[in-house]
Amino acid sequence: MELSFYPGCTAHSTAWEFTKSTQAVMDSLGHTLTEIEDWNCCGGASARALNRAVGLGLPGRNLLIAQKAGRPLLIPCAGCYNNLCRARHAYEAGGEDAASLAETTGGGWEGAIDVWSFVDFFEEPGVLDTIRAKVVKPLAGLKIVAYYGCQLLRPPSVLHSRNWENPTALEKACEAAGATALDWSYKVDCCGADMGISHGGHAAEICTKLGEKAEEAGADAIVVSCGLCQANLDMRQTKTRLPVIYVTEVLGAAFGIPGAESWWKKHLIDPSGLFKS
Amino acid sequence: MERIGVFLCWCGSNIAGTVDVHRVVEEALKLPGVVHAQNYMYMCSDPGQDLIKNAIREKGLNRVVVASCSPRMHERTFRKAASSVGLNPYLVEIANVREQCSWVHMNDKDEATRKALTIIRSMIAKVRRNAALEAIRVPVNRRAMVVGGGIAGLSAALELADAGFETVLVERTARLGGKMNRLATTFPYHERAEDILNPRIEAVKIHPLVRLYMESEVKDVTGYVGNFEARIVTGETETVEPVGAIVVATGYDLYPISRMAEYGAGTLPDVIDGLEFEELLKVSLETGEPVRRPSDGKVIKSAVWIQCSGSRDPEHHKPYCSRVCCLYTSKQTKLLTERNPGARPFVSFMDIRTDCKLTEEYCQKNIEETGTVYFRGRVSKVYRDGEKLIVWGADTLTSQTLEIEADLVVLAMAVEPSAGFEEVSKVFRSSVDNNGFFQESHIKLRPVESSPMGVYLAGAAQYPKDITDSVSQALATASKIQTMFAADELMQDPLVARVDTDLCSSCGLCVPICPYGARELDRRALFSRVNEALCQGCGACVAVCPNKACGLKNDSPAQVFGQIEVFVEKQGECAA
Amino acid sequence: MNSFAMEVAAKSGEKPEACYQCGKCSSGCPAMRWFEWSNHGVIRMIQLGAEEELLRSKAIWMCIACETCGTRCPNDIYMSRLMDAMRQMARARGIPPAEPAVTAFHESFVGSVARFGRVHELSMLAVFKLKTRDFFTDVGAGLKLFLKGKIPILPSSVKAKGEVDRIFAWGVKK
Repeated sequence: MELSFYPGCTAHSTAWEFTKSTQAVMDSLGHTLTEIEDWNCCGGASARALNRAVGLGLPGRNLLIAQKAGRPLLIPCAGCYNNLCRARHAYEAGGEDAASLAETTGGGWEGAIDVWSFVDFFEEPGVLDTIRAKVVKPLAGLKIVAYYGCQLLRPPSVLHSRNWENPTALEKACEAAGATALDWSYKVDCCGADMGISHGGHAAEICTKLGEKAEEAGADAIVVSCGLCQANLDMRQTKTRLPVIYVTEVLGAAFGIPGAESWWKKHLIDPSGLFKS
Repeated sequence: MERIGVFLCWCGSNIAGTVDVHRVVEEALKLPGVVHAQNYMYMCSDPGQDLIKNAIREKGLNRVVVASCSPRMHERTFRKAASSVGLNPYLVEIANVREQCSWVHMNDKDEATRKALTIIRSMIAKVRRNAALEAIRVPVNRRAMVVGGGIAGLSAALELADAGFETVLVERTARLGGKMNRLATTFPYHERAEDILNPRIEAVKIHPLVRLYMESEVKDVTGYVGNFEARIVTGETETVEPVGAIVVATGYDLYPISRMAEYGAGTLPDVIDGLEFEELLKVSLETGEPVRRPSDGKVIKSAVWIQCSGSRDPEHHKPYCSRVCCLYTSKQTKLLTERNPGARPFVSFMDIRTDCKLTEEYCQKNIEETGTVYFRGRVSKVYRDGEKLIVWGADTLTSQTLEIEADLVVLAMAVEPSAGFEEVSKVFRSSVDNNGFFQESHIKLRPVESSPMGVYLAGAAQYPKDITDSVSQALATASKIQTMFAADELMQDPLVARVDTDLCSSCGLCVPICPYGARELDRRALFSRVNEALCQGCGACVAVCPNKACGLKNDSPAQVFGQIEVFVEKQGECAA
Repeated sequence: MNSFAMEVAAKSGEKPEACYQCGKCSSGCPAMRWFEWSNHGVIRMIQLGAEEELLRSKAIWMCIACETCGTRCPNDIYMSRLMDAMRQMARARGIPPAEPAVTAFHESFVGSVARFGRVHELSMLAVFKLKTRDFFTDVGAGLKLFLKGKIPILPSSVKAKGEVDRIFAWGVKK
């Protein structure tokens, strides 16, 4: 498939390994990823906190750029994905929000392209089979729990999510790579989000509990598809030290992609031990 | 030769306070064909009616217009009065000069007076062309059919059979008794459900006047009130039962737990619904053991009931209140603590609704005796943590969140109409509301009648209700049916469709347009027929007929145009 | 509804009057323990017009927009949108935020976007530290990330910056 790619501001910084592993994995699977032209920040949670019109206009501009490119748009970062879906919803709902989008971005969203997170991508028909086909080092013995957080799934009516209380897309992707996905009850609970920066202590309370529950479930690692979840969990587990790895890193390791070691080096909690054969 | 009488009612000051009643009568007398006109303070009273009767007799009136309140109030009254002195009731028309005139023009008396006269003139124009009609007489087959063998169906069938009417009872499953079979006990006295249900089942089985069809369904119904034919299918066999009246008592199902994603969506074995808990109670009562949970048989110590599960949730599930959950939840907490000493029940609620007799005292007493903790707040999530279930609740009264560890969670799931209600609705032409419950004819005054005449509703199929109300409603349907059966014939208003067979081209457009199935093509005679007993006079066929062959009795296009002409004529007189 | 509730409703697009205080939002909220009141309590206060208390509260800043409340709410009310509206109303009235660190974070973030069109983490974090005057928290972790090359020194900018400026210009004017 030819896909457009929206990297987001953390793609080459704090979520460096997410981007690298995404590019490598998609390349292995035979998809081309083209970064959309001259994209801007989606606004995070901050823009919409301070100004509704700016909070919609920023992601709205990116949607229009992607629409022009005419390919399905893959957005690894969960927060960016959420914001672009909000803009899409606002364009389609009409009313004041659509009017403000017309003012700030010129409007013209026609719903011509799909907007995907990795959850959407893994649920596309046939994708899991293509993953299985590329596995050269099945991750037998690797026990993980999948952690989705919030932005990938909610609000369901805005994101068009299919299963927001008990999603399984990430588990299925990891299982396709040969790993064992364990069941646990905390996969859709929030990681603390921006409190990771403004109130580290609060985020630590939340992430400590998540780390403990993941360990209780028997996991060796927590698999995520969100840069902020990864950063919070990587930094703020106070009682456990479970590596927090991106789903694309798991797939990359299973595909035997050379250079995966460079990804492990970027983590605060080193996951390389999980992948030593 | 027209001899029209006009009778203008003052309705106290309702009409006379705004309309110059004397003026109107003066002007009415000048109208062609009007040989009598008078006004009176309350025309619907006995003396008022006597005025009409006397005028008909003495002046030989052959058409009457009563200018008064809405025909919905007294059309029947005045038609009966006319009929009693030999004037065909359908030669009497009402001119509404109250709701449609005096009450809306109270500030403009001149205009109101002028308009009243115009309305009267329009009804004169109509009544001139009315034909004398006879009420339609329909024979009645004094057999009844009850669909559904739950407590409502059983009660209706027994009542009718005991009254001497042969009653067909059709039950879809292999067992009579419906959901009540699954109950352990009933509130508020904790009688064993089977002790009160089984005698009714036995009585139905042995009753000589009940014809029982088990594992059967009614596949279609033709005919009309007093004369239905129901085709009942049992496995490979088909039987046609002719009946005069039908009771739909198809009951309810519980909204499935699989719809409650945040409560495990049915994947957690120890998250169950109220009926499943009743079954656990039954096992406990029968074996003498304490109540044990499904997954591992552990004796239940802490249990959380979640009321309003799927109910009162306009966004995601059912918007309505299911009415019985507060009560059976309370009952279940009491029974749990009786069977499992030391058990600790919790109940998540929004409100406690105890609208049945004795139930307020009952619920209060249960709380005091069991020490159940009722926390006011809906539960956000239920999930598994090792061997325990965790319930995320809140108590809005103290603004606290609660995290409760439970052995068992019972969801008081919403009551919804039985699976297959869409089919039933089609078969009996009985409309359902937005939630699938069968729609009553009038929510206050006709709560057990369905849209088609002769079809009645009982039990939870019409709306969630407890056993008491189901039985009451069932007995009411039996009573309505007995009223119908008490007459030799059913009399129906003859204001139905009619066909000018010379103009009818048998194009057949009227047949599918009729919502009551009252039209059919007589292919031999090459015109369309009206089944007068089924026709409700809605006029859809009149509108669709391309040849103007179809009309309504006493409401022909000529009559309507005649009325319109009166309204659009230039008016001059009657201003003060 | 009182004028405060009406303003919050209009700005947020939500219907606080539909709330019947069932508490499901509260029972699922991860951040409620840092509010002064419960989640549903905040809505109740909107319904009753408690403008001063709410606009001066920590609660409106501590919501992390996890959207669990609205996803499960029987009346489809999303707290995050109500909170965002109240944040904007508080700032418009010049009310100092009760959680200055949160506001500082949002301002630093948005400031960076306004400047470059994309967030430059290094300068954004520096501005954040300056605003909060808290120079030592998380310095260790921050340094580790910097040494791993995850916090680039140079910003990356949007070329057609005028288009981003247009968004800000119109939004701020509104």
